[in-house]
Amino acid sequence: MKIIVPIARTEDYNARIVVNKDGDDIERGGVAMVINPFDEIAVEEALRILDGGDGEIIVVSIGGDEAAPELRRALAMGAHRAVQINTEAKLMPEVITPLLGALVEREQPDLVVMGKQSIDGDSGQVAQRLAQRLNWPQATFAYEVKIEGKTVTVGCEMDGGTETVAFDLPGVISTDLRLNEPRLPKLPDIMKAKKKPYDVISDDELGGVAESPIKVLSMAPPPERQAGQIVADVDALIAKLRDEAKVLA
Amino acid sequence: MIAFGLTEDQLEYQRMARQFIAQNVTPNAGHWDETGHFPKDEIRSAWENGLLNLCIPDSVGGAGMPLVDTLIISEEISYGCVGYSTSCMANELALTPVVIGADEDQKRKFLKPFVDEFKLAAFCLSEPGAGSDAASLRTTAKREGDEWVINGQKQWITNATHADFYTVFATVDREAGHRGITLFAVPRNTPGITIAPHENKMGQRCSDTAPISFDNVRVPADHCIGGPGNGWKIAMRTLDFSRPLVAMSAVGVARRALEESIKYAKERKTFGKPIGQHQAIGFMLSDMAAKTQAARLLALEAAWRTDQGLPANKEASFAKAMCADWCMEICTDAVQIFGGYGYTKEYPVEKLMRDAKLIQIYEGTSQIQRVVISRELMR
Repeated sequence: MKIIVPIARTEDYNARIVVNKDGDDIERGGVAMVINPFDEIAVEEALRILDGGDGEIIVVSIGGDEAAPELRRALAMGAHRAVQINTEAKLMPEVITPLLGALVEREQPDLVVMGKQSIDGDSGQVAQRLAQRLNWPQATFAYEVKIEGKTVTVGCEMDGGTETVAFDLPGVISTDLRLNEPRLPKLPDIMKAKKKPYDVISDDELGGVAESPIKVLSMAPPPERQAGQIVADVDALIAKLRDEAKVLA
Repeated sequence: MIAFGLTEDQLEYQRMARQFIAQNVTPNAGHWDETGHFPKDEIRSAWENGLLNLCIPDSVGGAGMPLVDTLIISEEISYGCVGYSTSCMANELALTPVVIGADEDQKRKFLKPFVDEFKLAAFCLSEPGAGSDAASLRTTAKREGDEWVINGQKQWITNATHADFYTVFATVDREAGHRGITLFAVPRNTPGITIAPHENKMGQRCSDTAPISFDNVRVPADHCIGGPGNGWKIAMRTLDFSRPLVAMSAVGVARRALEESIKYAKERKTFGKPIGQHQAIGFMLSDMAAKTQAARLLALEAAWRTDQGLPANKEASFAKAMCADWCMEICTDAVQIFGGYGYTKEYPVEKLMRDAKLIQIYEGTSQIQRVVISRELMR
């Protein structure tokens, strides 16, 4: 089994995020960076699918050298090989998808496992776009993955419930939060990760990229939450819900 | 050129250790302190994750980690619980003299088992009558045929109760002073070893500290490490490793005290604003932060010198003395910032204050460090 796991480098979810001066992106730099948590779950799931058996897990990141620590961390977790795709283009789903698609065509994996979304842009589109581009089946928002022979059965999170889908390899799975708890790499594995194969290729080698037609016009932080109020009794609560919040008639 | 940044590798070690400690140590430290429970399972877990015995060279399958990197990990472990850290670091302290003094056969024999399975070790230098003045130790070793026979008492031995392996300093010739001191590797199951009940300590309560007596303990000739009379040199070189390491554990405790204090100073309000916005508290926090960083740099420099093979005696004592003393001051101030709450066990800072006190005492008191420094200055 050969599995490709694309990983995005994102701001730590514990970091304090602020909108930049131009108001068109978040302030980059100066905060701790991590493997996008959903992608970390994808790396873990790929490791569990392989379960130490024959095969290869290739982790891929798009951008530049700054993604090296995150790729190496995935190697320390147990992935076999890293591919760093260098590009100057702004990383939007319509830029990422053709690059990943070209890499999949080159590597011919059995499966692509990736996070359902990256926690910076929160687009949540790449897995679906990639499957469509490859004309592969897709199972999105996975909370459970089972593989028997060539058949993959995936439990998927839905609004208000779950759904189970099955497909034959190859295919694309996007991972949700409940799927697993990623392992902490061991110290000796961190040291060994440096010796694993690490390829650097350019976007040109994968057919080049076109700039995204989508422009971010403005970005704003969510409105600050008002402090809560403590009410004296149920009557006061009902009055407030009716007169101030206007959620009761 | 001076580079203060951590390498990509060091940042990864730090991140990994921080996450391991946040999951396995920090949430349990209060309970261990309260009960005096020895956290053997969690120390085993540290071994499984490669965080123990970092000094073992790669020639026998160890990490062979530079001391600077070990310090970066030590800060993280000590942040969670310095009692736990003391138990982990006791392995480094006990095995380092073997790394320094042993030949390749002895390294394979005594260090390899620590790579292959989880074991604890203990460094046995101090005695009831020989602490700061370690050269006056009275434990003797006599050669009888192919064996050495060891007799004597050791005191304040970390991991004594749980260790599988002891590195024991004894004299083969008391008349010769420190030139008679010799290092021996002593497996726990050797007949004649008695371990007294462990001490009921003020702080670092989850670490195990006990006296050991050696009564006609016989070890084969190849258990003598580095040759008769070379023990003192090995012990002194060991301190170049262990003192920066202990200094950095003080930095871990200090950082914890600082972070807890900042958090509290933002939450707690008096006179209509968070107490951290009162200059009296704000300046205390400033001093705590500056001392923590100064301490960290002193410890790292001492470790760097040791890694470079440069003389590090004075710098290791700079680090050990100042890191421990500043840590104590910082923890005392943390309790002060928390006020009455800081004095209760509801908040973690009183434990830090009790734990910090021991760092000024073990691995050479703050006073003996100044003796070392002043001797170097007056040479």
